[in-house]
Amino acid sequence: MKLTKSAQFWPALVLVLLLVANGVLNPQFFALTWRDGHLYGALIDILNRAAPLMTVALGMTVVIATRGIDISVGAVVAIAAAVAASLIGGKLVIVDGQQVHAPSVAMPLALLAALAAAALCGLFNGVLVASVGIQPIIATLILMVAGRGIAQLITGGQIITIYHPPFFFIGAGHLLGLPFALWLVAALLALMAWLKHRTALGLFIQASGGNPVAARLSGINARGLLIAVYAFCGLTAGIAGLMISSNVKSADGNNAGQLLELDAILAVTLGGTSLLGGRFSLRGSVLGALIIQTLTTSIYSLGVPPEVNLVVKAVVVFAVCLVQSPELRGWLTKRRAAS
Amino acid sequence: MMSTATEPVLELIGIGKSFVGVTALQDARLRLWPGEVHALMGQNGAGKSTLIKVLTGVHPADSGTMRLAGREIRPESPQAAQALGIATVYQEVNLCPNLSVAENILAGRMPRRWGWIDWRAVRRLALASLEPLQIELDPDRTLGEYPVAVQQMVAIARAVSQDARLLILDEPTSSLDEAETERLFTVMRRLKARGVAILFVTHFLEQAYAMADRITVMRNGRVVGEHPSAELSRLQLVSLMVGRTLAAADLAGAHAPTAQPRALMQARGLGRRGSLQPLDLAINSGEVLGLAGLLGSGRTEAARLLFGADRADSGEIRLDDAPLRLHSPRDALNAGIAFCPEERKTEGIVAELSVRENIVLALQARRGVFRHLGAREQRELAERYIAALGIKTADAETPIGQLSGGNQQKAIIARWLATQPRLLILDEPTRGIDVAAKQEIMERVLALCSEGLAIVFISAELEEVLHTSHRIVVLRDRRKVDELPAQTLDEAGLLRIIAGHDTVGAATEERAT
Repeated sequence: MKLTKSAQFWPALVLVLLLVANGVLNPQFFALTWRDGHLYGALIDILNRAAPLMTVALGMTVVIATRGIDISVGAVVAIAAAVAASLIGGKLVIVDGQQVHAPSVAMPLALLAALAAAALCGLFNGVLVASVGIQPIIATLILMVAGRGIAQLITGGQIITIYHPPFFFIGAGHLLGLPFALWLVAALLALMAWLKHRTALGLFIQASGGNPVAARLSGINARGLLIAVYAFCGLTAGIAGLMISSNVKSADGNNAGQLLELDAILAVTLGGTSLLGGRFSLRGSVLGALIIQTLTTSIYSLGVPPEVNLVVKAVVVFAVCLVQSPELRGWLTKRRAAS
Repeated sequence: MMSTATEPVLELIGIGKSFVGVTALQDARLRLWPGEVHALMGQNGAGKSTLIKVLTGVHPADSGTMRLAGREIRPESPQAAQALGIATVYQEVNLCPNLSVAENILAGRMPRRWGWIDWRAVRRLALASLEPLQIELDPDRTLGEYPVAVQQMVAIARAVSQDARLLILDEPTSSLDEAETERLFTVMRRLKARGVAILFVTHFLEQAYAMADRITVMRNGRVVGEHPSAELSRLQLVSLMVGRTLAAADLAGAHAPTAQPRALMQARGLGRRGSLQPLDLAINSGEVLGLAGLLGSGRTEAARLLFGADRADSGEIRLDDAPLRLHSPRDALNAGIAFCPEERKTEGIVAELSVRENIVLALQARRGVFRHLGAREQRELAERYIAALGIKTADAETPIGQLSGGNQQKAIIARWLATQPRLLILDEPTRGIDVAAKQEIMERVLALCSEGLAIVFISAELEEVLHTSHRIVVLRDRRKVDELPAQTLDEAGLLRIIAGHDTVGAATEERAT
C-alpha cells in the first residue's frame, strides 16, 4: 500500500515490465560480459545511450518544478556541441610522416567554453522569464528557434568532424568498467540530490513552484532563483551536448539534440513531477529517461520497422500517463466500489 | 427617486442556501423597485456574493422564492438569468481585452447576414448600446487599450443593451479612482432615469449614501435591515454591518501595555496611488497597534506597504531611527518584520508542502541557500511550534493543505515566529477560525507583545481589535482618520469613528455629489 503510493512506483513498475518483456523476447538481454576491462551488454547499452537524456531531464526537472518549461534545450545541446567542436576541431598536421591531430585550443578550455556558452543560453532564458516576465514556453521558444541558427553559424553550416581522441572519452570512454557518461550522470544526480536535500534550494524551488505568492511573501528571492534554475538547465544541456558530440565525433548544428526537449519533458512527466510545479523528483526523471530509452532500444532490437517506433512510443507514454492520472484512478475506484 | 410603481421589479423571499454543512444564506429577502439604486452592504462573508450568485443562477437556492416583475423565476444558469433581464457586472471585468469594444458588447449575438457576420450592423448596434450611456468610444478599438473604468462601462453597456430590467453591480468601484467613480455614477444615474433598477454592492459608505435610495444590510447570511438611506445614519449602518448596537454593554477590554513601549518604527507620509492615501504610523516595541476600519478602508494596503509586499510610492519608513527601504518582502524579512497575510490559502500556505516545510520557510529564506537547517533542526523547530501553538496535525510531515483553516493559520504564525521578528503584522489572523482557536491566537499575540515584540493587528471584528490593541488607528475610505489609545475607547466610540461623524459625513457627501 505504502509502496504504490510512492510517486515513483508506477514509472519503476513500467520500467521493470519493459525490461522483463525484453528478457522474454531476447534471452540474451540481461547478459553482461566483461571484455577488455569493460562491461558490455544490452543493459549497459541502454544506460549509456540514455545518458544525454537523463542529463537534460535532470535540468528540466528543476525548471518544471518552478512551474516553468524550457523547450530550448535541444538547441542548446547543438550550440554546446558546435562550440566544443569548432574549438577542438583544429587541423590535421603531419608529424614524422604521420597524420597527427592538433587541437586549436586546449581541450579543457574548449570544454569550459562550451559549458559556459550553454549556461549563458540558460541565463538568457532565465532573465526573459524572471526579469522580463515572458511566459516560459514563449521565452524559451526564442532560443529554440534562434539556437539552431547560432549553432550553424558557429559550425559554418557544416558538420564539423572532431579528430581529437581525448575528447571521445566523454561520450565513449570507460571508467572502472562502466561508460564514462554514466559516471557523469551519477555525479550530476548526486550533486543535485545534495543541493536539493542539503541546501535550501529544494525547499525554495518547491515552495516557489507550489505557491509563488506565498514564497515571495516568505522572503524568497524568486527572481534570482528562477534565473539560477534556467541557467542550470542550460548547463545540463551543455553537458549533454558534449556527450553527444563526443559520442558521434562531430557536431551537427542542425540535428544534434533534435527533439531532445520533448523527450526530456516527457521523462520528467513520466517520473511523476507535475507540470504544474511544486514537488519534484530527480529519481523519477532518471526513471522516465530510462523508460524512453529502453522503449526505443527494444523497438529497434525487435526489428520493428522504424516508422512504427514513434507510434509504439506514443502508446506506451499514453498508458503511463493514464496510469498516473489521479482522475482515472479515482474513476476506477468509484467503478469498483459501485460494482 | 423611488418610483410610484406598485410592484417591485425584484422580490426575494426567504432565500436559503447552504454549502456542505455551512449555512451561507438564511431567510434572505430583498426588494427592488423600478428606477431605484439599492445598495447591498455587509462585511466579508456576510452573504452578499452568495445572494447575488443565487439571483443570477450561479448557485440554485435551497429554499425561498424569487419574483421578477411579479412572475416567479428560478434561473438555472447565468445565461438564463440574463435572458430574464437580470444583468450583472462583476468586480473584475469579465470581458475579452483582446477583442474590440463592439465585439465585446455583442459577443454571442453578432448580427449575421447570409451566415456571415455583418460588421456594419455590429458597429451600428454597438454605438446604439453606448449612446444612452453617453459614453463616446470607438467601437473598433481594442477594449484593452481603454482604462479599467471605461472597460467597466463597456461591461455595463453590454449588460443593459440586452433589455435589462435589473442591473447588478458587484463592487464596481473597488479598482477605480475618484474621477472614474464619478463617471460611473453618472452612467448609473442615466440608467436609473430610464427605469432600470440597480443593485449596487459596495463597501464604501460614502458611495452608498451618494447613490442609493435604499440600503439592505446583510450579516452572517441574513438580511438584518432594509432602510431608506436618508433615514439610516452612518452609525446605525455600521452597527448593523458589524452586529453591535450602541445599547449593548461595552465590553471592557482596553488595557495598558505591560511594559513601557519603545519606539521601533515610524512611517511618514506612507502611501500608494489608488490604494492608500499617505499616512503616518508609529510602531512601538511591546505594543499592539490595531488597524480598524471596514473592508476596503486601507487596512490591508497599509500592512502590505509596511512589509514591502507592495511598493510605496510616497513617504518614508524609519526603523531604529535609520531609514529603511522596502523593495520586497525580502528586505522586510531581513529587517525583522513579519507578515501573516489575509488570504491564507493563496498567499500563506504552500498546500502540497508539509507542515514542517511551511514552518521553516521564512527562517530558511533569511538564512539563505547554503546555511541550511538540517533535517533534525527542522523537525525540532516544527515540533516545538506545533506543541507551542497547539497545531492539530497528524505529524510534522503532513501536507499543510490537509489541516483545518485555524491550524493552517497557526502554522503561518509559527513560520514567522521562527524568524524571531521584531515586528509582527497580523492581517485578519482570526478570519474563518473557530472561537477556541481565535482565543488561543489572541492570547499568544498578547504574550509575545509583553516579551517586547511590536505587533500590528488587523481585524474586522471591533471587539477583537479593542481587546487586543493598545493603540488604535482608524482608517476609512483609504485614509487614516483617527488615532487614539484603546483605553479611551469603547465599541460605540470606535463604531462612531469608523462610520464617520455624521456631520463630517454630510460634508464629504456634498463634495461627492
